[in-house]
Amino acid sequence: MATIRTENLNYTYGIGTPFEKTAINNINIEIKPGSLVGIIGHTGSGKSTLIQHFNGLLKPTSGKIYIDDVDIWENKKNIRDVRFKVGLVFQYPEYQIFEDSVFRDVAFGPKNMGLDEEQIKQRVTNALESVGLPLSYLDRSPFELSGGEKRRVAIAGVMAMQPEVLILDEPTAGLDPRGRDTVFSLIKDYHKKTQCTVLLVSHSMEDIAKYADTLLVMNNSEVFCYDKTVSVFEKSEEIQQMGLDVPQITRVFNELKKRGVNIGEEIYTVNYAKKLVLEYLGKAGEKSC
Amino acid sequence: MLKDITIGQYFPGQSIVHRLDPRYKIIITLTYIIMLFAAAKIPSLIPGVIFAVTALILSRIPFSLIGKSLKPIIPLIIFTTILNLFLYDGDPVIKIGFIEIAYDAIETSIMTIIRVIFLIAGTSLLTYTTSPIMLTDAIESLLAPLKKINFPVHDLAMMMTIALRFIPTIIEETDKIMNAQKARGANIETGSLAQRAKAMVTILIPLFVSAVKRAGELALAMECRCYRGDVGRTRMKQLKSGAKDYIAIILTMAFLALVFVLNFAFRNLELF
Ligand SMILES: Nc1ncnc2c1ncn2[C@@H]1O[C@H](COP(=O)(O)OP(=O)(O)O)[C@@H](O)[C@H]1O
Ligand SMILES: [Mg+2]
Repeated sequence: MATIRTENLNYTYGIGTPFEKTAINNINIEIKPGSLVGIIGHTGSGKSTLIQHFNGLLKPTSGKIYIDDVDIWENKKNIRDVRFKVGLVFQYPEYQIFEDSVFRDVAFGPKNMGLDEEQIKQRVTNALESVGLPLSYLDRSPFELSGGEKRRVAIAGVMAMQPEVLILDEPTAGLDPRGRDTVFSLIKDYHKKTQCTVLLVSHSMEDIAKYADTLLVMNNSEVFCYDKTVSVFEKSEEIQQMGLDVPQITRVFNELKKRGVNIGEEIYTVNYAKKLVLEYLGKAGEKSC
Repeated sequence: MLKDITIGQYFPGQSIVHRLDPRYKIIITLTYIIMLFAAAKIPSLIPGVIFAVTALILSRIPFSLIGKSLKPIIPLIIFTTILNLFLYDGDPVIKIGFIEIAYDAIETSIMTIIRVIFLIAGTSLLTYTTSPIMLTDAIESLLAPLKKINFPVHDLAMMMTIALRFIPTIIEETDKIMNAQKARGANIETGSLAQRAKAMVTILIPLFVSAVKRAGELALAMECRCYRGDVGRTRMKQLKSGAKDYIAIILTMAFLALVFVLNFAFRNLELF
């Protein structure tokens, strides 16, 4: 299982032009194998730039990236292997579909890995199951599917490479609420099933807090904090000031606390909130008896 | 990389060159090109060179940017220079073994090099200092007389505006799709020629699909806003010319006249 580690990572776009822009600044993080990390930050905070370093699509302006303690840029020839190890699903991945059947498009990655027919078939089938599409779709043209289905085909295209780390850049952007829930729970199930490291990028705290065990909060090209989800929510006030939304339920409980009803802290899922409220009411009930 | 393509890119600014009326800027640029090509002797190129350098300094566009737009034409310059040097008949002034180089060949080569470099530098300056929208507005306005013979000037200008507007978008998108396919192990920068050609297909198909889709959406959006072509259409930003434009064009003409004067004065010049 792969561990990703960065060391003083910097990246600047358009060096030497009037549009020069430092997109990530001095990033030092380590991503533990098997974790499900949520990467959040407002638009333009550098999330997409950061993740494109993890599979060697962008070469850092300065600093290093290690995968399993190997500097990925030490030997340029190995970059392609890094890309098979760290799978990246871009934002709006349905735009990368180019084959005339779902099977062929999903098989593109495994084929590039040089696998044999049998293995490719196996992987494509597995990937399609992982994204919850029926196998009858294999022979259909991806261009005639619905938006959400296309998105899932594109995600399957990366899952089929069976990377040790799967990164998804805003996988639910532009989907309706139901599509969003479907995609998130697919990813959650995939993580549970494969025990891979999964990195989930989003600009919405509401969505990601439910799924990630660790959060990396980016602000103005830098890491604001990188910690367990619970601990990050201790800073919910500051996160709100950064212009990020915290979940509605967190806002409700922060407000309650301000008004003197202290039920609990760092609440970010409705289920947990329900449990605490019931406990609280139970206690209150006992007292009043 | 694709991102390094700078031709046709606009660098916003407030310099005098930026603020000139784009119609005049186009005429000035055309005159400048004539300046370069009307020069018959090396000294006659000097006005054009001084003209371009002055404009460049006034525009506050960094020299390095112009250098960047010149980079792709270096092979072309080298190639034409070699052809010029060896394929020119005349009295040889230099002899190295069987290689003979004529005086005329040297003169022509030097002039071609200067012409090509300054041609690219000057025209890049026009696109660096004028937004694509202004440029097409100016072209439409300059070609307006052709409307009399039913030439679709407006439609042509609109097509150009849209094309220019979407160049950066399409470059960005190409970059994105390329990265997405690379992430799936496509051999775009490495791999054999056949593999690369195959990888191009994986980029071109998605690019076409989205371009066609975008064109449809854009047409629909334009129709929704009642776009019906030229008829009865007014502009929010009218092109306006003023004293600075008149002065600029008079100066340009003076430079052009100077070229002809120099041509005459140095008509018998032999440098060595
Ligand atoms: N290809 C690019 N060229 C120039 N600047 C870019 C490019 N991609 C992103 N940027 C800039 O880098 C910054 C970070 O962008 P990005 O990593 O896409 O942020 P996020 O994914 O968090 O929205 C932004 O200010 C953006 O404008
Ligand atoms: Mg992004």
